[in-house]
Amino acid sequence: MNRTAGGGLFSLGYALLFFAFLFGPLIIMVITAFNSSSFPRVVPWECFTTEWFGVLIANQRLMWGLWTSLWIGIAVVALSVPLGLAGALALADLGPSWRAGLYAVLITPILIPGVVIGISTIVLWGAIARVFGAGYDSVIFNGIFLTLLGQVSFIASYTMLIFISRLQRFDSTLTEAALDLGATPGQAFRKVLLPFLKPAIGSAAFIAFLASFENYNTTVFTILSGNTFTTALASKVRLGTDPSLSALAVIIIALTLIGAMVKEADTRRRERLRTGRMARAGVYASPLVRLVAHPAAVFILLGALAGLAIWQGGRHDASACRAEILREKQETQQRLLREQQERMRQFQQQSPAVAPAPGNNPSPFGGAFNPNSLAPPAPAAPPAGANPSPFGGAFAPKSLAPKP
Amino acid sequence: MTKDVVLDHVSIRFGSYTAVDNAHLSIQGGEFFSFLGPSGCGKTTLLRCISGFVQPTEGRVLIGGQDMRNVGPNKRPTALIFQNLALFPLLSVAENIAFPLEVRGVSRKNRRRRADELLEMIALPGTGDKKVHELSGGQRQRVAIARALAADPDILLLDEPLSALDLKLRQHMRTELRAIQQRVGLTFIYITHDQGEALTMSDRVAVMNAGVIEQVGDPKTIYNRPRTPFVASFVGETNRIPGEVVSQHGTTVTLSTPVGPLAGQSGGGRDHAPGAACQLFIRPEQLVVAGDGASPNRFAADCTAEEFEGSVQTLHLKAAGLPLRLCRMNAGNVAVAGPGAGALTLSFDPEAAIVLPYGTEADAAA
Repeated sequence: MNRTAGGGLFSLGYALLFFAFLFGPLIIMVITAFNSSSFPRVVPWECFTTEWFGVLIANQRLMWGLWTSLWIGIAVVALSVPLGLAGALALADLGPSWRAGLYAVLITPILIPGVVIGISTIVLWGAIARVFGAGYDSVIFNGIFLTLLGQVSFIASYTMLIFISRLQRFDSTLTEAALDLGATPGQAFRKVLLPFLKPAIGSAAFIAFLASFENYNTTVFTILSGNTFTTALASKVRLGTDPSLSALAVIIIALTLIGAMVKEADTRRRERLRTGRMARAGVYASPLVRLVAHPAAVFILLGALAGLAIWQGGRHDASACRAEILREKQETQQRLLREQQERMRQFQQQSPAVAPAPGNNPSPFGGAFNPNSLAPPAPAAPPAGANPSPFGGAFAPKSLAPKP
Repeated sequence: MTKDVVLDHVSIRFGSYTAVDNAHLSIQGGEFFSFLGPSGCGKTTLLRCISGFVQPTEGRVLIGGQDMRNVGPNKRPTALIFQNLALFPLLSVAENIAFPLEVRGVSRKNRRRRADELLEMIALPGTGDKKVHELSGGQRQRVAIARALAADPDILLLDEPLSALDLKLRQHMRTELRAIQQRVGLTFIYITHDQGEALTMSDRVAVMNAGVIEQVGDPKTIYNRPRTPFVASFVGETNRIPGEVVSQHGTTVTLSTPVGPLAGQSGGGRDHAPGAACQLFIRPEQLVVAGDGASPNRFAADCTAEEFEGSVQTLHLKAAGLPLRLCRMNAGNVAVAGPGAGALTLSFDPEAAIVLPYGTEADAAA
């Protein structure tokens, strides 16, 4: 038995399952965004349509929430990055005994559930408002203000963790060297430590923004009567969903992909510049390829592709197809109606006693609403072929199947 | 301009641990001064104290006659070259060298010009735009020196800057450092655990052990006239023969030892009472295989092993159970006694041997 082949097959299967688990939902969501069915689904496929993007943009509540979320995200970044950096620096400078205690205090907000932070934020500020006698129109009862405080209180801990791990790799003799060479402590911080922390500042800002943008647990309390993107989305889902949410997912996935590809192009270019292989690598020898591989070029290219897709999608008109689908649906319905009437007639002719006067009733419900229709049927069991159902066999299996 | 450094009874303690104990010496302007000692002897702490990163618990540090208490590292006329060099990895070579000028607000053009001058001086012209990691170990070493010199210090402090280099480069950089020091004429204070570095480069050496400065002197005095058993055994190879004082005439002390009566010089000019337990230190290269002539300090020994390194030959000997080493230049003939040649007669000049008491009370009068 070839164990390697077996193992290879197993790992291939596992990898396929793994990626299906990861990307399956995304792929299905993307497909539903372009199906004209008013419930997000892949089958039955009705029409290719782009109208759900329009529906999405026309949703005032969602768009306003998006705008609010963006502003809150930017403000959270502006507050939590300096706070996190300050915490990390304090931890790095403290002695071991103090460090453990302060670390526990600073890390606690991450361990506390978001709902608790949300509720405690509004309770605390409600109490403060009472102490100062502030009214409901004051800043304390502003949902954006409270959301900012609630989110910063735990997102600053995230950014602090990022800075701590970066600072652990910092060689503190560099700061000493700067001081020794005549720099003031401020200059040593700005010219030596801050440049070293630049990548960490970037990732901390990114993570802080994402954490703020997607936060629901805390925000749903602190936003009070207002709406952020996540709370608007949640309330929309509760009231019934439609494929415009899938359209939103398509937009977010597209933005993520573009961002990731530009970043990757940038990383590769930097790596080549750093190792000086730019000139030697065959692919980069041609100036044209070098230009195309530049992150800015990649960005412009992908942006143009996205723009083209939007323009084409905007011109796409699914109304003819939708009319066709509608007509088909109506036809199916009418045909079913006719078939049912036919069955009713046959049934009445076979056993007129079961469905008494008015004998010429063409009701599609088979006289279900007639008096006595719910009475127990006649003791004599009808033959299996003849359907005695008061609903005219409407619920029988395959009654809705298209007839050839 | 050069400034002298005075350590005025400096002690540095961390909690109950004493890193430096009552260091008292003065380093003249323009001098190449080394602190030599094993790792953990407090020499780096002393250097950080001079550069301002550590405050003395007791005593004062004076630079150019000025008390340095409460003067920060960035305000002192010192520049420290770190053991790991501490070059800024994100800056180019020229930006590294120009850093001290940048923080003083020198214009970009003048900074670049001074950096190029210094690169010229350390024989690395045209490397200004390279990143630090593109340079070799020895080149980085020189860039660190140039960066320190750009700060225009009066005193350059060097914390084992050569320890990360390989042997060849280290020997080359010794000459280089000494040449740079003589060119710029600054006071160099050099920290090392390598006695070879300390002896070859320095004008004067301070030997430290366990926070205490045991002896200060020029390299020849340190090597030939150690004042304490630690200095005698830490600096260079030596043979140690225990004994008891028989008599003392002037500085010459006669001991009775397991190998017979031996005479040597009293280390540090001490007076030894008859009967006191002492030890005699004699360098391997001062021991000779005696001929028939009447030479002092004769004793018999057996050769146990021989090492032949080309120019130098080392004999491992045993005399009355004491292991001894003898070094001599290769004389060019093959008729040298090796192992199994029977008893040899050894001898040494009483002027070359040092007699020291046990225990290491330091009397380092600088």
